[in-house]
This record gives sequence, C-alpha cells and structure tokens, in this order.
Amino acid sequence: MAVESSFKNMVLRLSEVCLVCSALLGLVYGVTKAPIEAAAVAKTNAAISSVVPAFDNTPSGEVFKVGLSEGDSLTVYPASSGGVPVGFAVESNTNRGFSGTVKVMVGFDIEGNICGTSVISHSETPGLGAKMTDPSFYEQFKGKNPSSFKLTVKKDGGDIDAITAATISSRAYADALSRAYAVFQSITCKSECNE
Amino acid sequence: MSKGGIILKGLVKDNPTFVLVLGMCPTLGTTTSAINGFGMGVATMFVLILSNIFISLVAGGIPDKVRIPCYIVIIASFVTILQLVMQAFVPSMYEVLGLFIPLIVVNCIVLGRAEAFANKNGVLDSACDGLGVGLGFTCALTLIGLVREILGSGSAFGFKFMEGDGILAFVLAPGAFFVLAYLMVIFRKLTGNL
Repeated sequence: MAVESSFKNMVLRLSEVCLVCSALLGLVYGVTKAPIEAAAVAKTNAAISSVVPAFDNTPSGEVFKVGLSEGDSLTVYPASSGGVPVGFAVESNTNRGFSGTVKVMVGFDIEGNICGTSVISHSETPGLGAKMTDPSFYEQFKGKNPSSFKLTVKKDGGDIDAITAATISSRAYADALSRAYAVFQSITCKSECNE
Repeated sequence: MSKGGIILKGLVKDNPTFVLVLGMCPTLGTTTSAINGFGMGVATMFVLILSNIFISLVAGGIPDKVRIPCYIVIIASFVTILQLVMQAFVPSMYEVLGLFIPLIVVNCIVLGRAEAFANKNGVLDSACDGLGVGLGFTCALTLIGLVREILGSGSAFGFKFMEGDGILAFVLAPGAFFVLAYLMVIFRKLTGNL
C-alpha cells in the first residue's frame, strides 16, 4: 500500500473517508426524504380506498385515534361522501402473528359490514402465512358483518376459513379484524350516545 | 485480462454463489420467488459496482491497518443510499427485500471483492469485476428463486401456471438448501471443464 500505517495517517484517512461518506448520505437523504414520505402516504391512501365505500373527502386529513385499552389505540380514517359519513377505515394491528406485527387496514361501511381488508405490513412465512395477502383468503370477509360472522377460525369454532398450514397467521388476522371491529363499535356507540 | 474476460470470470469461473459460496445469507433468505431473487441480485450488484469503483479510487491513500474499517464505511454508505433510493422510488420492492438490504453491508461478496480485486486494480477493471460478480450473483439468485417458485408455488415470475400450492417445503428455508445444493452440483458439472 502507498501510505504508511502511522497513527496520524490512520486517523486522518479514516476521518476523511467517514466525512465524505456522511456528506454523501446527507445529500441522498435530503433528496429522497420527500418521495419516501409521499410513498408512505400513497400507500396508506391506496389501502384506505381499497377497503371503504367510495368517498370524496381526504380520510388521511381527518384521522383520529381510538383507544382500546390502556396504552393501546388504533388509528381510524373516516370516509365520507358529500359530508355524509359512509364508513371507516381502521388501521388495525396484532402481535399474535407467527413472526412480528401484522398490520391490516380494515374498512367498515356505516352499518358495520366489512367492506374490505388489506394487509399493510407483515413478516409471516413466505408461502404459508404470507398467503394472507391472497384474494382467496381475504375475499371471504367482504360484506360480512362481525355481529353475525364470528371472527375466529373454524378450528376455534368461528366462521373463518384458515389458510392451509398457517392457522397462527389466520388467527392473527382474525384478531386484527376483531380489534378493528371493537374500535368501530366504540365509534358508533359514541356517536349514538351524542345524539 | 480484457474487460470482457473480467466480467465473464465473475459470471462463471468466480461465480459468487456456486463457486465461491459467498453471501449465503441473502441467497437462502430472499430467493422465495424469482423476482425477489432478481431484486436482491440487482441491489447487491449496484452496491458491488459502486463500492468497487470507489474503493479502487481511494485504496492507494488508505493505510493498510485501517483499510477494513474504511471499506466497511464505504460499503455501508452505498447500502444506505440504495435503501433510501429504493424506499423512495420502488417501495413495493423495498417491502419485499427491506429486511435484507442492510445485510448487504456484511455480505462477504462485497467486502471480498474489495479485498481481492478492487484495492489492487484500476477503476475500470474494478467496475467490470463488480458488474461480472454482480451479474453472477443476480443470475444465481434468480435461478434459485425460479426453481423454488416453480416447485413451491406453481408459478414463474409471478405467473401462476398450476392450481394449488405446490411443494411448500421449497418456499420455506429447507427448500433453499436443497435447491442451492442441486444447482451447485449442476453448475459445477457444466462448467467443470471450462
């Protein structure tokens, strides 16, 4: 190598490399910050519009949080059309998945029927639990009302067809849906109580 | 050696996956489908080319005793840049590979090429080496992913040609080892007398 490994040289060169690299990183961070945020917002919006009836407001601007229990709350995106509420998208999550948190966007119309569900993020096993993102699994919830459709898998006496060989993931999905429904109930109760 | 020779060497004779057997963590972890394998390969190739170029540029000015920390800083920076860029412009790909992108930093291939090639060769040769090894890695990962996807999910590049599930084991971790082992055997058989 061209440069001698003296203490001064080592400190100097390593600092130089670090300095150049951090400057480069700062630059790229600055350039990509806005697109990253935009991508996250676009994703949330896409998830919302795929799970609630047609709306014309901006749900992400009217977001509020509903507490389920101490230190545990879910985010709710209300959807309305012409000022009339048409449904709610509830960003639900559960820690009962096979590996890590499962986040599901659950849409209810105003009567409490599930209009659609969409997985936002998960880290379930590819090929097994990850099938929760397949239409063949999540289509079964469409139009179902949790007051008559039991949100547990058939093995546990419920109405959900579990994913083959992924009962834990299916249970997690059911749990996320139940939590979303609990939030929906607390919202509708609140508005009735106000009236 | 000619530029084409360097690229070909990385692709076949020094194939990182089938011959050098480096970078096994992303190889086994991300190849659940052809497209995932391809994405990981391209991501690694990007880091490999840039870090090779950069390291070959600065290698002469770096004292021997601190070269590894310097290389790691350079590689880590490019990986973070890649991560930010992917997050911003191809979020769907980032979601699939997200977990494995930071791991490129400790991928033996990248550091291995920096040590074995980039710090003793010119910028252009190093870039070719990065391209060749990167292509070799990409091809290997895409191939492993394709075989696993066909056997495990009955589809190829996301297009389903078969009803039902296929052999689930191939999508899970054990399948990665099986497929890697068989492909390695075939690859060595085919290229053994080259």
